[in-house]
Amino acid sequence: MDKEFSESAERIEARQRALRDDPKIASGRIALFQYLALAVFLFLISGFWELQVRNPEIYSERAERNSIKALPILAPRGKILDRDGRVIVDNHSSFSLILSREHLKPENVPIIAAGLNLDQQELERRIQRFRNRPRYEPIIIKEELTPGEIAFVEAHRDANGLPELELVHAYRRLYPRNCVAAHVIGYVGEVSEAELNSPEFIRYEPGDVIGKAGIERQYDAHLRGVDGQRQVLVDNLGRERRVLGLKPAIPGKNLQLTIDLDLQVVAELAMEGRKGAVVALDPRNGEVLAMVSRPAFDPNKFATRIRPEDWKELISNPDNPLLNRAIQAQLAPGSTFKPIVALAGLETGVIDDNFRVRCPGGATFYGRYFKCWVKGGHGVVDLHKGIVQSCDVFFYNVGNRLGIDDIARYAEMVGFGRKTGIDLPHEAEGVVPSSQWKMRMFRQKWYAGETISVAIGQGALTVTPLQLAYAIGGLAMGGVWYRPHLVKDPERREPPRVAKLNPENVVKIIHGMYGVVNEPGGTGARARIPGISVCGKTGSSQLASNEVLKSTKLGQVLKDNAWFVGFAPCESPEIVVAALWEGGEHGYMAAPIVRDVIKAYFDKKARLQRALVAQSTPRFGPSLGTATRVQP
Amino acid sequence: MARYRSAREMDWALLTIALVITAVGILQIYSATLGTAWASAWWRQCVYVAVGLVLMWLAASVDYHTLLNQAPIYYWALVASLVVVLALGKEVSGGKRWIPLLGGFHFQPSEFVKVVLILQIARYLSDVKGDHLEARDLLKLGALTALPAALVMKQPDLGTALSYLPILAMGIFLAGLRWQHVVALVLIAALALPVGWHLLKDYQKMRLIAFLDPSRDPLGSGYQVIQSQIAVGAGGMWGKGVTQGSQTQLRFLPVPHTDFIFSAFAEEHGFVGVLVMLGLYFLLLMQIVQNAQVAADRAGMYIAMGVAGLLLFHLLVNIGMVVGRMPVTGIPLPLMSYGGSGILSWYIMLGLVNNVRLRRFGV
Repeated sequence: MDKEFSESAERIEARQRALRDDPKIASGRIALFQYLALAVFLFLISGFWELQVRNPEIYSERAERNSIKALPILAPRGKILDRDGRVIVDNHSSFSLILSREHLKPENVPIIAAGLNLDQQELERRIQRFRNRPRYEPIIIKEELTPGEIAFVEAHRDANGLPELELVHAYRRLYPRNCVAAHVIGYVGEVSEAELNSPEFIRYEPGDVIGKAGIERQYDAHLRGVDGQRQVLVDNLGRERRVLGLKPAIPGKNLQLTIDLDLQVVAELAMEGRKGAVVALDPRNGEVLAMVSRPAFDPNKFATRIRPEDWKELISNPDNPLLNRAIQAQLAPGSTFKPIVALAGLETGVIDDNFRVRCPGGATFYGRYFKCWVKGGHGVVDLHKGIVQSCDVFFYNVGNRLGIDDIARYAEMVGFGRKTGIDLPHEAEGVVPSSQWKMRMFRQKWYAGETISVAIGQGALTVTPLQLAYAIGGLAMGGVWYRPHLVKDPERREPPRVAKLNPENVVKIIHGMYGVVNEPGGTGARARIPGISVCGKTGSSQLASNEVLKSTKLGQVLKDNAWFVGFAPCESPEIVVAALWEGGEHGYMAAPIVRDVIKAYFDKKARLQRALVAQSTPRFGPSLGTATRVQP
Repeated sequence: MARYRSAREMDWALLTIALVITAVGILQIYSATLGTAWASAWWRQCVYVAVGLVLMWLAASVDYHTLLNQAPIYYWALVASLVVVLALGKEVSGGKRWIPLLGGFHFQPSEFVKVVLILQIARYLSDVKGDHLEARDLLKLGALTALPAALVMKQPDLGTALSYLPILAMGIFLAGLRWQHVVALVLIAALALPVGWHLLKDYQKMRLIAFLDPSRDPLGSGYQVIQSQIAVGAGGMWGKGVTQGSQTQLRFLPVPHTDFIFSAFAEEHGFVGVLVMLGLYFLLLMQIVQNAQVAADRAGMYIAMGVAGLLLFHLLVNIGMVVGRMPVTGIPLPLMSYGGSGILSWYIMLGLVNNVRLRRFGV
């Protein structure tokens, strides 16, 4: 009863409260709302805590990357100059297109490829190659933009365009036309993935343009500059707002070669249409004055990215134009080796001035008949006549008396069988056969009969054109060999390699080589230059033994290689030139090549001396500065 | 009829907090628009605030019972203007929201709907004398809200349309519901979700997807969320300083003077600044709630609580969006975001809260 009453009293009170329009009716719910508000605020604060206090570094870094764009300033490579300071390799200015992958939208790739005449798959592969690099590092996707392509990029600069594209100023290598000195200079190219994995290229990064061959490769560190960087603040449309930092590019240093363009061009012309090589050295210091290898390639095709079809053509060419024959062709020297055998004979004392051999056109050694190149024979032959007329029988006998190991000793003394150490990559060594060599290579004893072929520069003996020029040049100097080099360095103080030779013996050899060019019956008469005492030696080398030639039909294709090595002047040599004409058949065919180069050298020298005289006459006034410069 | 009320009885604490928040907002607008086409926005905002203060005084001085009586007139006038907006409003970035006025100003009726809806719902609920609402009441209130909301969604302005819901929800919550109705409402809401998804525009769907996973399309819809988070995070503990925020200054941050003003603030003032600002907003909210608690009658309480509910909703959705915890809906931050209609309507609502306060001892 009591309970019932109180219950109804409560109800009445509630009804009355409602009727009184009591605003406190919802006070409980308002309190609930306050707790809800508190929860909302804590929820929001926790959001800020998460972002601003727990790991703000992530976000500040992202904010920085958002707004700072690093654009490379490409450093120009150093120019390559000839010995007179004439430019052989220059740069020309161009525009490269870089792609910033941070802003790359995948759907834009086909548009970019179409607008810039790029192969879409190629472009995608390229982007893929850089996947491991930080995204803010831009990649170069096209060089040498045409005005049309530049316009395409400029037209897509707005927000809805292609913000991932950026133009940068770049430098392209400009190589001489007509393949002049192509093998010496080499070429540049983008560092390949395979190269990046090798220790030699550890300092490089994908996209770097590096020297791939020749001087460009050997002196890459000298020639290449250090790319600079421009850090710019960009807004959300990619527009530059402010330059934050500028690290200027350090241009690569120029490189002066020992090559004389005048001689180089003459040598190039002499080899035009032929296969082979020419090397001209200054035996007094080892400077390379000219170096030609044919067939050649056009380095300009490498200056940007080489087209796949061009590359395929180059490497599938059976004549292998990429091979620098001057330092990489390893061929039997043929009769050009005879002066060295003669020297070995004189120095070891197995022959003397009275040594004579009768040449009937061939001779039998160890049960085998060896022919002389002159069918009727040379009659009675002494050392001088042996060199001048290149009598094989004479040298068979000398070689037979020497034995292979003494021949090898002298061959190695003049520099065969190992690298000359020229400043070019991938120089070949050649082979100097010896009993030790044969044991090492074939685990076989040397047979005395094999010595006979080696004595006339055949058999297993192979040399490079550079080695031949180096060997004969040093011999002409009386046994002083300067290391061949291509970069001019007045500070160079490397001592030459000196062999103790009897000067009388050397003079006899040089006299013989003088006779080759200047005496009647000499095989190198075509190298004669009036007024200049040119010495030389012809050589024709078989690619394979006569037996092989007979058994196959290769005889027509595999013509003998023609060699000529010459130097001048006779008494105090200033230039030594070795020429190889593959398939030139006979050594005298190569003689005019050497003659042309030597003639060009002395013509130029005479010209400069005339100019010197003209300048030092009182009419023009003495000018010591220029006078010293033009000294050869 | 009405007794003269002293200005001394105004809620000065409320007003001070509101003005401090507004001042910080103007500073942030100045900083965020420096050197852009919007560089004069801070000055315009000052003008809006001045007008807003006048309107606030007006809204406070007329007895709110009078205002409640007039509410239907305002309501239908605004509904009419929403129709006008749809018919010939000015189109800005894909939405028709504004009616151009003289002097280059624009009138955004959807903002003022909030004020009038608070009055309308308070008016309706104050007539309900029971301790819970009947289904009939729910339908009427729902229709009252749905009409302008539908018109605003048509603009399309999902965010503003959604912001009408908390006013309704707050009213229903305070007035009381039968539990059967609660269940029914939850069910309807659950059923409405997939239907609502189909009604959304594509860009609105993208925004929701981007909210759930911003990294899926970092340059598209997720862009705003990610850039906002970067801005906030880059601010760190102490912030980068006024006009020093790179996200804000370089405009990686979208609309840093309106919807994302708090991102810009967080970047330049850091966590400490954020705490201070959130504290101010909390005090503002509690001050409004306190005015609701002292209201003389239910109508006053409903008005003040309507304002409080709306404020809390805006804070949750806008600041939640800034830290990536709410989808991008385009709801501005009360008192800070640049925008005349927003500032005016918020000062009018503060005027209404003062109105309730001034008359807390009865008329």
